[in-house]
Amino acid sequence: MEMKCKLLVIGAGPGGYVAAIRAGQLGIDTIIVEGDRAGGTCLIRGCIPSKALIHAADKYQQINKHTGKGHLGISLKTEPELDFAKTMTWKEGIVDRLNGGVEGLLKKAKVRQIKGWATFKDAKTCDVETKSGIVTIAAEHVILANGSKPTELPFLPFGGDVLSSTEALTLEQVPEKLVVVGAGYIGLELGIAYSKLGSEVTFIEADSRILATYDKELTAPVAKWLQANGITVHLGAKASGWKDNKLSYADKDGEAQTIAADKLLVTVGRKPNTEGWGLENMAVDMDGPFVKIDKYCRTAMKNVWAIGDITGEPMLAHRASAQGEVVAEIIAGKKREFNPNAIAAVCFTDPEIIAVGQSGAEAKTSGVETIVGKFPLMANGRALTMEAGEGGGFVRITARADNHVIVGIHAVGPQISELSGEFALAMEMGARLEDIADTIHVHPTVTESFAEASLSALGHAIHI
Amino acid sequence: MGQYNFKLPDLGEGLVEAEIADIHVKVGEMVTEDQPLIDMMTDKATVEMPSPVDGKILSISGNLGEMIAVGSVMVVLEVEGEGNVDGEPVKAEAVVEVSAPVKADEPVAKITPATPVAPVLSGATSEKPLTSPAVRRRALEEDVDLTRVSGSGPAGRISHQDLDDFIAAGGRVGQPSHQKRTAIEEIPVIGIRRKIAERMELSKRSIPHYSYVEEVDVTEVEKLRLFLNDNRTEDQPKLSILPFIMMATLKGMEKFPECNSHYDPAHSLVRRFSGVHLGIASQTPNGLMVPVVSHAETRDIWDMATEMMRVSSAARAGKAKRNELSGSTVTITSLGKIGGIVTTPVINYPEVCIIGVNKIVPRPMVMGGTDIKIRQMMNLSSSFDHRVVDGYVAAELIQFIKGVLEQPATLFM
Repeated sequence: MEMKCKLLVIGAGPGGYVAAIRAGQLGIDTIIVEGDRAGGTCLIRGCIPSKALIHAADKYQQINKHTGKGHLGISLKTEPELDFAKTMTWKEGIVDRLNGGVEGLLKKAKVRQIKGWATFKDAKTCDVETKSGIVTIAAEHVILANGSKPTELPFLPFGGDVLSSTEALTLEQVPEKLVVVGAGYIGLELGIAYSKLGSEVTFIEADSRILATYDKELTAPVAKWLQANGITVHLGAKASGWKDNKLSYADKDGEAQTIAADKLLVTVGRKPNTEGWGLENMAVDMDGPFVKIDKYCRTAMKNVWAIGDITGEPMLAHRASAQGEVVAEIIAGKKREFNPNAIAAVCFTDPEIIAVGQSGAEAKTSGVETIVGKFPLMANGRALTMEAGEGGGFVRITARADNHVIVGIHAVGPQISELSGEFALAMEMGARLEDIADTIHVHPTVTESFAEASLSALGHAIHI
Repeated sequence: MGQYNFKLPDLGEGLVEAEIADIHVKVGEMVTEDQPLIDMMTDKATVEMPSPVDGKILSISGNLGEMIAVGSVMVVLEVEGEGNVDGEPVKAEAVVEVSAPVKADEPVAKITPATPVAPVLSGATSEKPLTSPAVRRRALEEDVDLTRVSGSGPAGRISHQDLDDFIAAGGRVGQPSHQKRTAIEEIPVIGIRRKIAERMELSKRSIPHYSYVEEVDVTEVEKLRLFLNDNRTEDQPKLSILPFIMMATLKGMEKFPECNSHYDPAHSLVRRFSGVHLGIASQTPNGLMVPVVSHAETRDIWDMATEMMRVSSAARAGKAKRNELSGSTVTITSLGKIGGIVTTPVINYPEVCIIGVNKIVPRPMVMGGTDIKIRQMMNLSSSFDHRVVDGYVAAELIQFIKGVLEQPATLFM
């Protein structure tokens, strides 16, 4: 079968489906091709299922605190029981709902959905292997939103008890011993969750600290939490092989070690899906492993656009979605560009981390002198009332010394991720410290810490 | 299926390299035999390279502006049947110019972007105009460059009002503004422009130019020209002054053959040509080119004019053949109607003589010692390679040309 359309979107992840819906809204004749379920890594095997797992794990751990002599005056006589299969069913329910929701939205926007994997013959034509045979689609515009997949280590190939993040989200039971290679945000989120669910968790990290892309001050509360919760982290350690459910690695002194585990989770990053579907026939330029784009998300090939993880860091769903919207509008003839001031990143570790913009050290390398204000959650009333005051959480704000324009906002603390929206807004609006300080923040909320951090940078915080 | 390596053929005249001037196909495209693949530019001409076979483009070596060695692979095609290689890896041996970095190991499968690609967004946040996303979007829609809008807010933040005021004051892009402009556009010097630059530099660096300017009274030849134009047949072209100057130059070259030469210092030789091939410097959309009216000695005034128009319009259209852009022995350059009293033409290396034509203007001239008459006057600005043409000879040549132009009957004797 042959089909023609104005816009062909490859991949129905958070980049592709947003692009397709927006294009549909704008009256563009759009086809979206997805080999898996609509929703992409984010909805099906990433952000959403992992957050469900993290929530359930946290709840289980919280309830556990109340057994025996109790906690906050609330006590349980018997320990809670974990039926992990039901937890997974609940998680799948959320995934199904969102998957159905995305497909419904695509339909409502009159986007034609083709299920199958696309292979490109040239830049504007692809074959899709569907259940009912090969469909050839020719399009005027193509948006590549192929996404990324977990990076595999050649000496620890995925399969069996060696898991990528995808399989770690569909386990049938909680592993007794879980070893995680790579203490970046994905490994930590999942490792911490399984620790809360009862696994004995050990991290093998090649760098000298966890979450190496963030500054040490920001990650210290997470390191502290790991220690307090009996999770071992081997830093400077290099995994080398997996045999008979034992991981061999060289420790920080170079000594050969082994560690036994029921499951081995390998989370050493993600790589763009650029192979095996004819990208080489499209004459786009590459930027390292990624497809090279400009601020309009144009590739080197006319009317071929690329968005999301395939175009590089930061590989974040919200970046992909924002790019998708921009590209759909450009194709519809609107003037848009993808040129954000900042893209916030969140780690759903315990405690959670937010990073947006630059730290003081990063600003300094680009020649900008900064002032920094920091406010500890310990001094925030609301944080104390929700047991979020301990653990070393804080909000930190970095601004230019000359005009007080904010260049970065960082925070760490329980459930602090919900503040990321305000942080991103401040960055995107080009706020100065005074703007934040003079915005009346609701009492009692954790958001007051943001205003207080601004005041602190200005030299006159009230509550510290 | 086989692989066919299409190598840059020998383009003649001892050329060892050529520059990629244009790429007509892209990787993955199916092409048919004789379909133009790539335009290669040599010192003299842009040559279209047609595909030798039917097939699919697997890779294209090099980018616009890069030099490719004769005999190295330009395009790799997948063809039915055997092809001409047995699958060994293919590399273009990009020719290395003096002091240029070696590029031979660059990956082959690079193709020129169809649209210019701007640098990908960097993480820097501080140098962008300080404003809200809504203002940024409006500015984009209204074609306003926010770096030119001064913000009235704290730290210079641009408000909606600032943007309104800027637009109301007519401050859109392209309108005059008193703001400082700091952008610097970098334009790659490639293709014909690079060729021109190289040749001009070669000429001016190696040839000690000697320039000589003389005025010519063209009143009589202009009368003749108007008469010929009024009485020409349908197949005869309308004459400008140029064919007359070409005729005069031809006469001059016959009388002063030392000026109808190429100087080859490497061999300490002057190559004196018996035939006269007139280079006619022409402005084309791609820059200066010099189409050639060959064997001027065989042509009458009408043929001279017809051939001159044919080769110069071919050059302007980018369709001149290689032999129509090479082999001149002396060059005439005319700024035609633009005006200017004197020029200092740059010799078309390795020639030794170039004659520049300045605009004809009516001027009061003293005739016969006492009368003042209005005459049609034109200056000839010429340059010579002083290594092999003495000033005296140069002056004699120009005086001779002046003589035949002022007595136009002698043009035809």
